[in-house]
Amino acid sequence: MKSLKELAEIRKNTLENINLRKGREGYRIIVGMATCGIAAGARPVLTTIMEEISNLDLKDVTVAQTGCIGACRLEPMVEVYSPDGNKVTYIKMDPEKAKAMVESHIKNGKVIDEYTMTVIDGKVIDPVTK
Amino acid sequence: MKEISLHILDIVQNSISAKANIIKLKVLESTIENKLVVIIEDDGQGMDKEFLKRVSDPFITTRTTRKVGLGISLLKASAERCQGNFMIDSEKGIGTRVKASFQYDHIDRAPLGNMAETIVSIILSLGHNTELIYFHGYNHQEFIFDTREIKKILGDEVSIFQSEVVNWIKDYVKQGLKKLYGGVEN
Repeated sequence: MKSLKELAEIRKNTLENINLRKGREGYRIIVGMATCGIAAGARPVLTTIMEEISNLDLKDVTVAQTGCIGACRLEPMVEVYSPDGNKVTYIKMDPEKAKAMVESHIKNGKVIDEYTMTVIDGKVIDPVTK
Repeated sequence: MKEISLHILDIVQNSISAKANIIKLKVLESTIENKLVVIIEDDGQGMDKEFLKRVSDPFITTRTTRKVGLGISLLKASAERCQGNFMIDSEKGIGTRVKASFQYDHIDRAPLGNMAETIVSIILSLGHNTELIYFHGYNHQEFIFDTREIKKILGDEVSIFQSEVVNWIKDYVKQGLKKLYGGVEN
């Protein structure tokens, strides 16, 4: 059974590591959480990302949500901002793809191109047909 | 929406957009009264009477990316198709209260679904100074979760948004609800 004591333990472990992490900029992951995103399956994508960050023991990663990104047919969408400010937009995500994305992109710095949005001549190209 | 918990996640986003400080979420399940009630109450900026009157209309939204807002209309439709009802009250500067009820055993009622995932998704959407109080009743049993209590244990230096904490909360809620249902998962 999960106890509040365990939570105090998490706090203690975090405090022990906090000085090592201070001032280090990391990846920022943003999940679209408007009605369109939620209906398309953003919730399990978000929780999978959180689990995978823990499993791989990744530090300095911020996860947050945003409203409608504006391309509802491509939801669930996940935006990843790297420490240097570059943004990659993943589209039509699911828990499996989210897990692979965290391992490849966040842990190893390798973008998974086939999950990302490509815009050619102002048109969004579906990753499946690419 | 496939689950009522997804409606809840969606509607709570409105409270967050309305800059609420405290969001109260109540899920009341009664197999005795054959009813499932969801109440979301916030102290956000609220709506004026004119907007409130039209808010269940799908062509009303505050979003800027397009002109359709489906969150409230979808929940209303879900409740009404299950012999339930939907109510929304709001006052400018005071806050908003949304209540949706469902006939518990209605054939069209979606399952409540994964509340633990909904709770952590809500938490990740909260601002630093926004709190969530979640009350879940099942017949005579109850489960309460309050972000203020969690923050008290974590102190100022450790964030509630950290992955270890978020995953702990998910398991904590999951187990709390399992106990609420008498040991079986919903």
